[in-house]
Amino acid sequence: MNFNLAPNESSTLTMEKPKAERSTWSEFLVESSIRVVGFSTIGFVVLIFLFLLREGLPIFYEVSPGNIFGTRWYPTFDIFGSLPLILGSAYVTVASILIALPLGVCTAVFVREVAPQWTREILKPLIEVLAGIPSVVLGFFGMHVIAPLVRTNLDAPTGLTAFTGALLLAYMSLPTIISVAEDALDAVPKSYRDAALAMGATKWQTIWRIVVPAARSGIATAVMLGMGRAIGETMAVMMVTGNAARMPLSFNSLFMPVRTMTATIAAEMGEVASGSVHYHALFGIGIMLFILTFFINLVAAKAIFKKRYRGGLR
Amino acid sequence: MDKRKIGTEEAKQVTKDRGQIMEDGSRQITMQDEHQSSGLHPASSVAEKIRVERLNFYYGSKIALSDVSISILDRRITALIGPSGCGKSTFLRCLNRMNDTIKGARAEGTVLLDGKDIYARGTDVVELRRRVGMVFQRPNPFPQSIFENIAFGPKVLGLHRDKKDLTDIVEQSLRGAVLWDEVKDKLKQDALGLSLGQQQKLCIARSIAVKPDVILMDEPCSALDPIATLQIEQLMQSLKTDYCIVIVTHNMQQASRVSDHTGFFWLGKLVEFDSTELIFTRPRQKLTEDYITGRAG
Ligand SMILES: Nc1ncnc2c1ncn2[C@@H]1O[C@H](COP(=O)(O)OP(=O)(O)OP(=O)(O)O)[C@@H](O)[C@H]1O
Ligand SMILES: [Mg+2]
Repeated sequence: MNFNLAPNESSTLTMEKPKAERSTWSEFLVESSIRVVGFSTIGFVVLIFLFLLREGLPIFYEVSPGNIFGTRWYPTFDIFGSLPLILGSAYVTVASILIALPLGVCTAVFVREVAPQWTREILKPLIEVLAGIPSVVLGFFGMHVIAPLVRTNLDAPTGLTAFTGALLLAYMSLPTIISVAEDALDAVPKSYRDAALAMGATKWQTIWRIVVPAARSGIATAVMLGMGRAIGETMAVMMVTGNAARMPLSFNSLFMPVRTMTATIAAEMGEVASGSVHYHALFGIGIMLFILTFFINLVAAKAIFKKRYRGGLR
Repeated sequence: MDKRKIGTEEAKQVTKDRGQIMEDGSRQITMQDEHQSSGLHPASSVAEKIRVERLNFYYGSKIALSDVSISILDRRITALIGPSGCGKSTFLRCLNRMNDTIKGARAEGTVLLDGKDIYARGTDVVELRRRVGMVFQRPNPFPQSIFENIAFGPKVLGLHRDKKDLTDIVEQSLRGAVLWDEVKDKLKQDALGLSLGQQQKLCIARSIAVKPDVILMDEPCSALDPIATLQIEQLMQSLKTDYCIVIVTHNMQQASRVSDHTGFFWLGKLVEFDSTELIFTRPRQKLTEDYITGRAG
């Protein structure tokens, strides 16, 4: 910097060359270190995945497929049927989305289309704060507030049910759903609204029949992201779902205990011997979970990417 | 800068002149012109559809229209011309109160539709917008099927009794917009797959589906090629028998080709309003003449 203040022209000229060289040097340094950091991050992800495969794949030849995809999970008797766990995760996740979708979309519509400016300015950061509540805190809240409510209101033997878990998960995926859905609504061109209003549609008709349908792919993305969040959630779910590994096959199962893949891994990993069949089985479930979330996120990312490409979603 | 300043002064001068004309009563003038230009029509058939009196319009503190008075006849095409930013779109949006959606926007004065003030308290804005349809500069069909695009209006307004009725309305509207033959086999397809010209026709069909009295068109051909433009113009001629049409255009030839009356806006003021023939052959104001011949604007 000081070189620029050089008193005469000749000195400025002489200083110019080394300065230019140094800047290419520092540029090279910065660039290569960024590259190293970037590649190593990707490398770590790949390594984690390889580790997961190494520890989990053995289960698929240690026990028969009939056992792995059976309907009973009794690790102490070497019965590793993962179906109740997969279905348990799916059941709780789908139930939570069914609760969160209408709530999330309505809130997004309210925030984006109805609320006056000042309400919007309060609500938006508030919703972001919701996303930051630690899941163990929510789990605690679920155990001591929601579970008793569920038990007394539904007259069930226990309040630790799939439904309780779904409620908590719905709450946890709401911030994601709301903010992504709101972006999607925001991206709907004003010309659609104008056209509908100019035809004599009311504000509500315009919102429900034109704006929301036009934002449907963005809303679908919001749901996928919310699902990705819900299916991977562990702590809160483990605390409130009762953790009984049974097949949730009927509607009534909603109000009975259920056990998810994540809760199983978290609960049992501490007590297995490293390298045992049970240990491999838990990692095997980890692989399935990984594949599941990977595809959900892939679908969501694809939709987002497509939107970006068309200049829709911001 | 200079040019603008001069423009303002000229415009002031013009308003003064205009004021004198106004005292004679602008309605009378237009009616006289009507007799001159189309003597075939008996006076009773050319009813006044919209009458605007001393309309001022503000965006916040910025004035966009000042003291605009005009009388628009039913079953005629009225063209509005003028340089960019002079308030043509603003004026058009005053006629169906689309400006209401803009924050801080405010209108003063009266706009009478069939003799009733649309800015009066208790006006049903939704019903007003059904009666005064609008076609926008860029074709803006909904991202839905062709059928759904047309059916939307009748559905939300409850204009149909049953499904058959709705199908009939859709067909009539598409026929009215001379689009039926092109799309009758693909009503279920996405409207965004149509060409721009077809999309604009679809938007016109969509607006006539709710059976309006007036159709406002804001530069409806500016995104279209000459052939599509010609088709839209022919369409306007055929719609003229049933509707009152107001069109904003930057294209002088278009104004002179399609319209019966022309209004010339300059810096938020209506400088001159007369039969199209007179405006383009013997304008009263020097400013109008300069603009039309390309010396101003
Ligand atoms: N939403 C708005 N908020 C504030 N000012 C506006 C708004 N819309 C238009 N204006 C201003 O009002 C004036 C008139 O605009 P208007 O769009 O009516 O012009 P126009 O004659 O239609 O121009 P063009 O031929 O370019 O479409 C312009 O100076 C413009 O900047
Ligand atoms: Mg305009």
